[in-house]
Amino acid sequence: MTAVTEAPPPLAPTTPGKKPPRRRGRLTPYWLLLPGMLWLVVFFALPMIYQASTSVQQGSLEEGYKVTWHFVTYWDALSEYWPQFLRSVMYAASATVLCLLLGYPLAYLIAFRAGRWRNLIMILVIAPFFTSFLIRTLAWKTILADGGPVVGALNALHVLDVTNWLGWTAGDRVLATPLAVVCGLTYNFLPFMILPLYTSLERIDGRLHEAAGDLYARPWTTFRKVTFPLSMPGVVSGTLLTFIPAAGDYVNAELLGSTDTRMIGNVIQTQFLRILDYPTAAALSFILMAAILLMVTIYIRKSGTEDLV
Amino acid sequence: MPFVNWLKRRLVVIAGLLTLGYLLLPNVIVTVFSFNKPKGRFNYQWQQFSTDAWKDPCGVAGMCGSLGISLQIALWATVGATLLGTMIAFALVRYRFRARAAVNSLIFLPMAMPEVVMAASLLTLFLNMGAQLGFWTILIAHIMFCLSFVVVAVKARVMSMDPRLEEAARDLYASPAQTFLRVTLPIAAPGIAAGALLSFALSFDDFIITNFNAGSTVTFPMFVWGSAQRGTPVQINVIGTAMFLVAVLLVLASMLITNRRTRQKA
Repeated sequence: MTAVTEAPPPLAPTTPGKKPPRRRGRLTPYWLLLPGMLWLVVFFALPMIYQASTSVQQGSLEEGYKVTWHFVTYWDALSEYWPQFLRSVMYAASATVLCLLLGYPLAYLIAFRAGRWRNLIMILVIAPFFTSFLIRTLAWKTILADGGPVVGALNALHVLDVTNWLGWTAGDRVLATPLAVVCGLTYNFLPFMILPLYTSLERIDGRLHEAAGDLYARPWTTFRKVTFPLSMPGVVSGTLLTFIPAAGDYVNAELLGSTDTRMIGNVIQTQFLRILDYPTAAALSFILMAAILLMVTIYIRKSGTEDLV
Repeated sequence: MPFVNWLKRRLVVIAGLLTLGYLLLPNVIVTVFSFNKPKGRFNYQWQQFSTDAWKDPCGVAGMCGSLGISLQIALWATVGATLLGTMIAFALVRYRFRARAAVNSLIFLPMAMPEVVMAASLLTLFLNMGAQLGFWTILIAHIMFCLSFVVVAVKARVMSMDPRLEEAARDLYASPAQTFLRVTLPIAAPGIAAGALLSFALSFDDFIITNFNAGSTVTFPMFVWGSAQRGTPVQINVIGTAMFLVAVLLVLASMLITNRRTRQKA
């Protein structure tokens, strides 16, 4: 080591000796990180700061905006749009629960029961992604059409009576009701639940099931005491991956809902792109971000899986 | 009660298949209605069988143009995000450096943020900078939200890689560049490919962020959104069906090839 540094080779200026590459090696990670991190700082973090600043500005489109620390915007935005906030949380939570109930059996099926069909079913779960989700969401307009077979069947089974009583549907219609919006949200984010569930189920050692059976556990007990607890990481990341995008979504509420099913995403979109009331829109978006980060942090703390990336 | 027992044992399978049906039903509807001949402007009700739309897929003003823009953006977003994301992933796995926690959270946050929040805040940035909204602002936004997914995909692959392979290459007098090109990159390739594919799909199908930052540029998802208000041409379903078929065929083909290769090796 010392011999190398002490004896200067004749080509020292052009071919680096032992020391320069080590210094270059120490800087390598920063060079690798620089472009991508710069991109995220400028186009992700900086906009958040701009947005926070916009939310406390006052002014008009013609005269320009100035920061006046006008926090009343937040109060006004919350008092005017709290129903939409509440609705977003409720719809997203219902969709998440439905995704878990629907997605778990399918993930379980792929992980343990599918055998040689496993790859094919996997492809069928992912393949719909390749058709634009807007086209697929529009297809629900056909499926849930008034007087269509689905609505007819729900009516005949008296399901609509129950959902009407709960306030999820109105009369003989499913389209343009909360049920349609939740159905669309569930459909759109179901793969985001299935994939993490499958990943964590697939890691479970099959011998644990045998061991549970050997210890006289019934299948249901095995599931409750062995399989489900071991799949918790998948449940946690699946719920987050479903709930977060669903809470901010406005596509389903716009295409499948009515003016009574507007979610907070719809309000932000209208304020930003049509009414051009930037401070209110920025405040709403900031509240949504803060609320979701808070909920996610509490949820992750409670369920105890912190390594998500 | 043999039937009840049979049902009990297959309850998971039946429930799983029902969910699969729920996932695939809209695709079936999209395909069937690509052969429809609707009355009026909207293609929501079955009228009669026709192959008109398949014979003239670009027969709607502006649709194929928007498809081209979407493909271009998706391609460049994939290139950009894959390049930047792969570099970050290598830095995270291979090197020790300061501010690792900050880097990790900056990568995690875009995935944990509702799209509408990112869309709105990015628009405030562009408005403040006085940037002209259009192709470039969409591309910037897409690279931003695809980056994190590439990092996750590549990181997983590089982490599971045996470091002794690279040591062996060095012991055999391979230069750092040779080691990287001949050993590291081929092993990391599946992760990079997965990240790139995901980027392409995410970018091509993105609506919310694009809608905020597109200005007057119309991508394919934005065309579909607009047509939901003005009237849905059957050609939209043709494109949707074609994309689905191409994707499934590509996946099946790649599976057949890998199957044959593994069989040859064995």
